[in-house]
Amino acid sequence: MTAHALTLGRVLRFTVLSIGALIFLAPYIFMISTAGKAQSEIFSSSLSLIPEQWSYLENFGKALSRVSMTTLLMNGVIVCALIFVVQVVVAIPCAYAMAKLKFRAARLMMVLVMLGLLVPIHATALPLYVAFDRLAVLNSYTALVAPFSISVFAIFLFLQFFRAIPDDLIHAARLDGMSEVGIVARVIVPNAWPAITAFAIFSVVAHWNDLFWPLVVVTNQDFATPPLGLLYFRAAEAGDDYGALMAATLIITLPLVAVFLLAQKRFVEGITMTGLKG
Amino acid sequence: MASVTMDMAIAPADRREALVAWLLAAPAIVLLFLFILLPTLAVIILGFTDFELGYSGFRFVGLENYAELIGDRTFRRSLWNTAIYTAIVTPASLILALAIALLIEAEKRAKAFFRTVYFLPVASLLVAMATVWQFLFHPSIGPINTFLAHFGIAGPNWLGASGTVLYGLSIIGIWQSVGFNMVLFLAGLTAIPRELYAAAEVDGAKSWFDRFRLVTWPMLGPTTLFVTTISIINSVKVFETVKTLTEGGPNKASEVLLFTIYQEGFVYLRVGYASAMTVVFLAILVVLMFLQYRVLDRKVHYA
Repeated sequence: MTAHALTLGRVLRFTVLSIGALIFLAPYIFMISTAGKAQSEIFSSSLSLIPEQWSYLENFGKALSRVSMTTLLMNGVIVCALIFVVQVVVAIPCAYAMAKLKFRAARLMMVLVMLGLLVPIHATALPLYVAFDRLAVLNSYTALVAPFSISVFAIFLFLQFFRAIPDDLIHAARLDGMSEVGIVARVIVPNAWPAITAFAIFSVVAHWNDLFWPLVVVTNQDFATPPLGLLYFRAAEAGDDYGALMAATLIITLPLVAVFLLAQKRFVEGITMTGLKG
Repeated sequence: MASVTMDMAIAPADRREALVAWLLAAPAIVLLFLFILLPTLAVIILGFTDFELGYSGFRFVGLENYAELIGDRTFRRSLWNTAIYTAIVTPASLILALAIALLIEAEKRAKAFFRTVYFLPVASLLVAMATVWQFLFHPSIGPINTFLAHFGIAGPNWLGASGTVLYGLSIIGIWQSVGFNMVLFLAGLTAIPRELYAAAEVDGAKSWFDRFRLVTWPMLGPTTLFVTTISIINSVKVFETVKTLTEGGPNKASEVLLFTIYQEGFVYLRVGYASAMTVVFLAILVVLMFLQYRVLDRKVHYA
């Protein structure tokens, strides 16, 4: 192969990737641009990206006043944090028992876990909704969090990870007089950080984005998560004030995107790890 | 004598370990029953009843719900639309993701930048980005049709016409899922031993395409199968964009499975009937997983 062909190939590859990247970024570019345009300018349907007169303040003001964005984002953080913490606290001891202890039900548990992996929230939503309605816990953090307190995927992921932790480490801890709970907390968890981080990313992305379950159990704006809140905002806006709408989408998209940009490497590793094991 | 005392010493220790194991697993077991197994069982049972929320009693109606499903035009439409959506999004997202992954893998300089850009949609709130897409797709003021107009093409009313709405939603679906698949393909590509390419070259695989056909593609087999399954399952579960942008319209042209279940169960509160739909949905997922295991067992192994 000649050097010339190599360069041509490179240029071609780079061009294709760049055009693709531009197409993938286009929604973000138009979101940022439109969030700064006045209603009249948006309706003049020009393709110019820089607003003629900057209306960012006005549009963001509207976005912040119609629906309480801070409440939405706080709810998102509270719900995702609660779900993640409970999932991990429940799944880690169980996975440890299955991987490292003489646990006769381990095989049966494995079958249940595999079955559980098949069943998404959409399948269990109807009976859960009826039950939550009877218990009068609709419109609460409990309703938003409870169904996700058990993550069979977390058990599955941690189980695989724990199996690779050497038994000697655990025996040594036992000889030192550590209890099993102590071993989980002080030997297993510190060794399992990569798996825990990976699962954190998986869990937070999934529940931050989830619209289905919040839509089912929440009708009160005070408990709305970001996706649900945006739905309310759209309804209140009647959908044609695109400047304010884009400002609102910008505010609501930014937090997770910012976290992603700051911790990209972790994100990609996490998705790869959880993706390939799921 | 010594061995007897050893046995007696070990047995209680074993029993204690088993007890500890049960205690550690107990919360998970209880929650698993409460939030996964019982509700799944309940949805199957409810599917045989005429239960409606707001009415006190219900009776078992046998297969009546399923008989109604067969004749239900909305449900059939919804199954069909879901199939079309899946048939567009899965292959398109898969091929694009593989192509981008191959290009990025070969790229030296801006690797991380491109990976970030293509992955960005995965980390973005879908409901929010769907709203942006709605603006891009706007028939008169949307950038896409404005752009097309420069070339004298009259763009369609993407999300507003029954002929194009599924394509519009598919474009959003593809845009959103490519990054996820790409990251999995990149991991698969990195795992291919470099020596295989050298060996293939020695054996006469000179062109780029030969190397892809003889090494990359077969070695990526398990990744491809996995990505395919997960893409199909995610496409079958399409809901967010439909609920946000079209509510199944216009004229039921974007009615999809989960949206129909949602409407029937949580808006019209016909829990029994919606449960029967859910059972069909679950059956589809089970069949897909079963197919994956079958293919995994038989086809995907290295030569």
